[in-house]
Amino acid sequence: MIKKGSQIVCESLLREGCNVVFGIPGGAILPLYQALPEYPELRHILTRHEQGASLAADGYARVTGKPGVAFATSGPGATNLVTGIASAQMDSVPLVIVTGQVNSWTIGSDAFQETDITGITLPITKHNFLVMDASEIATSIKEAFYIANSGRPGPVLVDIPRDVFMQEVEYEEPGELNLPGYSPNFSGHSGQIRKAANLINKSEKPVIVAGHGVIISKAYDELKALAEKAQIPVITTLLGISCFPEDHVLWTGWPGMHGMAYSSFAIEEADLIIALGMRFDDRITGNPSKFALNSKKIHIDVDPSEIGKNIAVDVPIVGDVKEVLSRMNNHVVDATHPSWLKRIDVLKEDHPSLDIPETSKLLARQVVRDISDETKGDATIVTGVGQHQMWAAQHYRFKKPCTFLTSGGSGTMGYEVPAAMGAQVADPESTVWSIAGDGGFQMTLCELATIAENKLPVKFAILNNGFLGMVRQWQEIFFDSSYVSTAYTGNPDFVRLAEAYGIKGIRVTDKTQVKTAIAEAMDHDGPVLVDFIVEQEENVYPMIPSGMTVFDMIEEPVSEKVTT
Amino acid sequence: MKSSEKHTITALVEDRAGVLNRISSMFRRRGYNISSLAVGKSESPGLSRMTFVVDGDAKTVEMVVKNLHKLVEVIKVSDISEENAVSRELALIRVKCDVASRSEIMQIVDIFRAKIVDVSQDTLIVEVTGNEDKVNSLVDLLGSFGVFEVMRTGTVAMSRGTSFEQDKPVSNPRILENAS
Ligand SMILES: Cc1ncc(C[n+]2csc(CCOP(=O)(O)OP(=O)(O)O)c2C)c(N)n1
Ligand SMILES: [Mg+2]
Repeated sequence: MIKKGSQIVCESLLREGCNVVFGIPGGAILPLYQALPEYPELRHILTRHEQGASLAADGYARVTGKPGVAFATSGPGATNLVTGIASAQMDSVPLVIVTGQVNSWTIGSDAFQETDITGITLPITKHNFLVMDASEIATSIKEAFYIANSGRPGPVLVDIPRDVFMQEVEYEEPGELNLPGYSPNFSGHSGQIRKAANLINKSEKPVIVAGHGVIISKAYDELKALAEKAQIPVITTLLGISCFPEDHVLWTGWPGMHGMAYSSFAIEEADLIIALGMRFDDRITGNPSKFALNSKKIHIDVDPSEIGKNIAVDVPIVGDVKEVLSRMNNHVVDATHPSWLKRIDVLKEDHPSLDIPETSKLLARQVVRDISDETKGDATIVTGVGQHQMWAAQHYRFKKPCTFLTSGGSGTMGYEVPAAMGAQVADPESTVWSIAGDGGFQMTLCELATIAENKLPVKFAILNNGFLGMVRQWQEIFFDSSYVSTAYTGNPDFVRLAEAYGIKGIRVTDKTQVKTAIAEAMDHDGPVLVDFIVEQEENVYPMIPSGMTVFDMIEEPVSEKVTT
Repeated sequence: MKSSEKHTITALVEDRAGVLNRISSMFRRRGYNISSLAVGKSESPGLSRMTFVVDGDAKTVEMVVKNLHKLVEVIKVSDISEENAVSRELALIRVKCDVASRSEIMQIVDIFRAKIVDVSQDTLIVEVTGNEDKVNSLVDLLGSFGVFEVMRTGTVAMSRGTSFEQDKPVSNPRILENAS
């Protein structure tokens, strides 16, 4: 059958199970958009900025486990996607991005809106394609989906010139994939798996550190089985949060720069670290040469290039976490580790990182705690980057897997609005709370229009401290409170702003109003924005300064604890 | 572990636009040092072979190999530093030459089994093939006569004997077919 390139794109997307696309049209990609009405099953959500499209696709992908799809036109449309693509690459989120390119015969001539987007995204994609003939579209898109969501997931970009969308070719379904250089499936070496189990069986003070890989491979049951069988405390990474129920007795928080003190100390004191689908990021290790020197390390990851990258390990296993755990658990013997678990309890008592000081002031932490209580730990939480992000991770008690969406590796401010939108599109019935910073929110707030237009009932909690709070905190601690360029004195009236978009707005200035406001937001059928005017100079503790060790940890000073 | 040494890595890659860019971008981004790089067609249509000489300790080289593997268009990577391998480089050296020095230069060229491929009034072009050390020593020796220009291809390398059979990627029958 003869089909146009644009039709082949749509049919290829549908064949891969894609039914939502986020994007904005423009000259080079227009022929693709003009084909959309023929494919009503392909829902297009018109964002207000392409960054919104790529970050919404990220939120959508994390919730569904399918690649998120975004469209943009050539030049500025494509470059606006870049922040979202880089974030997805850092956090192993599968995306398939289709960009329009200038006509094939003008490529290289600096034509209007020509940008070398495959060149630009080369180091921030898992792979990318420039498709110069419509007969290659079907195969390229099939490969893009496969590459994006197999092995360690990541973003794949497909750049298609305008004329190729319009080119008519004999359309054939793509055949078997032929990617001789890509074999992402490692099943885990049996000998190594047995070695790892032996180490676990011999260990007296084991800890599990569970990362994003546990969520990506949905290894929740296997993780729980391992933890319970050998009574091993479970620590998660920031991106691993929610992979293990936080009301479980073995849950031991998350470690690192702003993680719970007891989690970091537990890692330091352990004699064995079982690292699952994580990458020993510097926010966790601090100084890598002084990280957890008392322990042997088992590292299970699907990406061989993560093994030994930051930290030397004793037993590396390259494979899918779920598969490896299900086999390894058979070799792990029941254990109880009573004295180690008692030690963990002592650490938790001695370092109560999650205590919130008694005060009449409106603390941001308290808002998170109240949202946690009001939603019973069942909501999907999406954050921006900064203090509010850390408080969300610390004070929300997650009960359901894959319900914490945050830009971990890239630290992309502005994630809180579009990713929340993507998460809500992915699961319209879920309760999505965006815990936002007043800074980050303003980077992507234009998507409020998209949210209103699509009647997405996202609830926003802006923890409005009038500052780029995390940077202010660094200035306070490391630069003698010299607050250079971190005060946001010209913030808009967020309540009226929401109302301008037809979104319900609520302002909270007093501690006593928090719970009612949250309940009111949840009772409302559509999107709601709650502007919490919180303490301006509240700090996130504990804090391990960049590149240091657990022993350099700064815990909350008593003077700050008793502020009333 | 020596802190820094030269390692020879070969790779079989798809011969497509942008592959070299992808590979060099990975080296640049991760801060790995390539001391030489040579690319050319392989025995199979559509596939190229590359030889990298990389400066770094064992861990760096391991990470180079892993990160090369990660690229979709890279089919096979081998670190052949420890293997018994043949490595060769070709160099053209333009050296200053007058009547007085000519015979001495010719003698040196002979000893190195090099060739004089161009002669002009007061320069010669010497062509030499050999491993990197050999080429280095010839360039050094000719230096005393005055070297104007050196052009080197970079090292290409291949392991000796029949170990190549295990080298063939089983995942790609296409290449095996073409090789037979
Ligand atoms: C796009 C981007 N620009 C700059 C930064 C650096 N940065 C990290 S946290 C932060 C402050 C964030 O302010 P806000 O969103 O108000 O959150 P708060 O820390 O106040 O809770 C900044 C500027 C970043 N992470 N991302
Ligand atoms: Mg702020």
